[in-house]
Amino acid sequence: MTAAVELRNISKSFGETQTLRDVSLSIRPGEFISLVGPSGCGKSTLLRILAGLAPQSSGTISIDGAEVDYLPPSARDIAMVFQSYALYPHMTVGQNIATPLRMRQLPAPARLPVIGRIWPGQSAKRARIEQTVIEAARLVEIEAMLDRKPAALSGGQRQRVALARAIVRRPRVFLMDEPLSNLDARLRVTMRAEIAALHQRLGATFIYVTHDQVEAMTMSDRVAVMMGGEIVQCAAPTELYDNPRDLRVARFVGSPEIATISSDELIAANEGFATLLPHTPVIAAFRPETVSLVPVAGHLEISATLQRVEQLGHEILVFLRLAGGARLTVRAAAANVTLPAAGQRLSVWLPRRTPMLFDADGARIFRARHGEPAHAG
Amino acid sequence: MNTPYRCRPAQILSHVVLLFLAFLFLFPFYVMIVTSIRSPQELFVREFRWLPQQFTGLQYYIQAVTDIPALTFLKNGVIVSGGILFVQLLTAIPCAYALAKFQFRGRDLLFAVVLFSLTVPIQAPALPLFLGLSAIGAIDTYFAAMAPFFLSVFAIFLFRQTFRSYPDEIIQAARMDGMSEWAILWTIVVPGCLPSIAAFSVFSVVAHWNDLYWPMVVIRSTELMTPPLGLAVFADSESGANYGALMAMAAILTAPLMVGFLLAQRHFIRGITMTGVK
Repeated sequence: MTAAVELRNISKSFGETQTLRDVSLSIRPGEFISLVGPSGCGKSTLLRILAGLAPQSSGTISIDGAEVDYLPPSARDIAMVFQSYALYPHMTVGQNIATPLRMRQLPAPARLPVIGRIWPGQSAKRARIEQTVIEAARLVEIEAMLDRKPAALSGGQRQRVALARAIVRRPRVFLMDEPLSNLDARLRVTMRAEIAALHQRLGATFIYVTHDQVEAMTMSDRVAVMMGGEIVQCAAPTELYDNPRDLRVARFVGSPEIATISSDELIAANEGFATLLPHTPVIAAFRPETVSLVPVAGHLEISATLQRVEQLGHEILVFLRLAGGARLTVRAAAANVTLPAAGQRLSVWLPRRTPMLFDADGARIFRARHGEPAHAG
Repeated sequence: MNTPYRCRPAQILSHVVLLFLAFLFLFPFYVMIVTSIRSPQELFVREFRWLPQQFTGLQYYIQAVTDIPALTFLKNGVIVSGGILFVQLLTAIPCAYALAKFQFRGRDLLFAVVLFSLTVPIQAPALPLFLGLSAIGAIDTYFAAMAPFFLSVFAIFLFRQTFRSYPDEIIQAARMDGMSEWAILWTIVVPGCLPSIAAFSVFSVVAHWNDLYWPMVVIRSTELMTPPLGLAVFADSESGANYGALMAMAAILTAPLMVGFLLAQRHFIRGITMTGVK
């Protein structure tokens, strides 16, 4: 029970403002894909268009090869989990989970409040629904709470109910709209693992929207980074980290943020970079772990001022400022460094090879020189 | 050294004011009850007495239901105000939902018309309404007493405000689950907005139970009279001098509202504070 999802040239405008610009994306069956980006980048709008809750201005969506553009949400065989859980407050947990099944399997009169209970010929279906509800509840470990109202549950339990309501009818595609952002940090980490496990178990296609790049990177097969209504890059998490195609992606992915230094400043800091960089002005970017606090043979030394140190226990983050004003961040193991006081000067070493380069518009520059690889790792 | 909160001068003063107001509002009810259980002569003595000198028991109450058709008035009150409320909810809830949650051309104009209609009192269209009802031969029927109030713009306005604050995501979840828009409205949104529906119901029932103006215009026969109309008719005609029976009838006719309000009080207050209509 899984399906490929194909988005072709989806655009969406609200009046004058264009929220989505020509977004295309193919999602493989059973894939876990995240749409990630800062707020207002259009990721939630895209998800709602996919669900059928909002119409696109142009473009087509197909699920398993069949176009679904004119189908209402309920006919698309899609389930959605909302950020606010969106449970029906006056129903018990069991009734909440049963709703999608009741709507599909019971005839209309049998769903009425009073008459429904005595409508003939439904007892077998009712028993089957109840059984399925219990199974779904067991999958997310809330079978003990089926008779409670959502108001009596904690945030994490409510989100489990929302998950159970989504999985109960075994849809081909799951949409999740920032499902964890209302939970506290510790619970987020556990639920992250559980959602990933659920994906493994169900084998369905998951489309997961989040503004949290860590969430996206840890759970997904592929991550689509959205900025200003466009997908800037869609790739596997490691590829996105090692080989961003755009400076915005490079900055968005990875924490602490990637450091950027203009080529002029870099050459001013150490003449050795002159041969590694193009002659036109570009922006060089360094991930914090590529910078070394101790001398490495063949690396290029540059001097900087220590701004601030963050102790993370097993490692430290050192925030530096170069003479020209650019910032540089170093990630290092906590054990083997002794640092001067803040405001003091120190030396750090950068690899002698062409770093990641971006032009003034933020587009990645790929160039091979002296047999070097096209990018710095 | 802090004085306890409840003993501060400002607190004491506000309670004195509240007690005075409570007395002011409750005193007529007290007179009504006490007059219904004592002999009418006591009304016309010079000094005021808190307790009946001559206790008449349920005598006047029995008179009220046998000599005057108080129970018929009660029944008519229930039919008319209940019928009005039922149709009002049936029409106002879908209107309010559409105005609150759907995007369509002319929505803002429609809502402006709703707001504008709030300013029109019933007296303004009374004559055309009367002529219209008379033209279809509906004068002196329950329908005539109810029809002008079937559409309540106040209800549309109140429910629109409530529905607007109902979370969109729950409605979207219901759409994903395969519910029709009608099912979403009646089985998801309405149960979540019961406090404001209860508040409106109290407003509506009280207003139409106590309404004298419109029933007086369209009702002629005694067996269709609503409580205030019946009271008014019997006060100045047949039992004009029988204050005991009149007060007993008044007590019977106000009792359902009092009991109803006491029962729904908590919902009513919650509904009003929630929607900010104060």
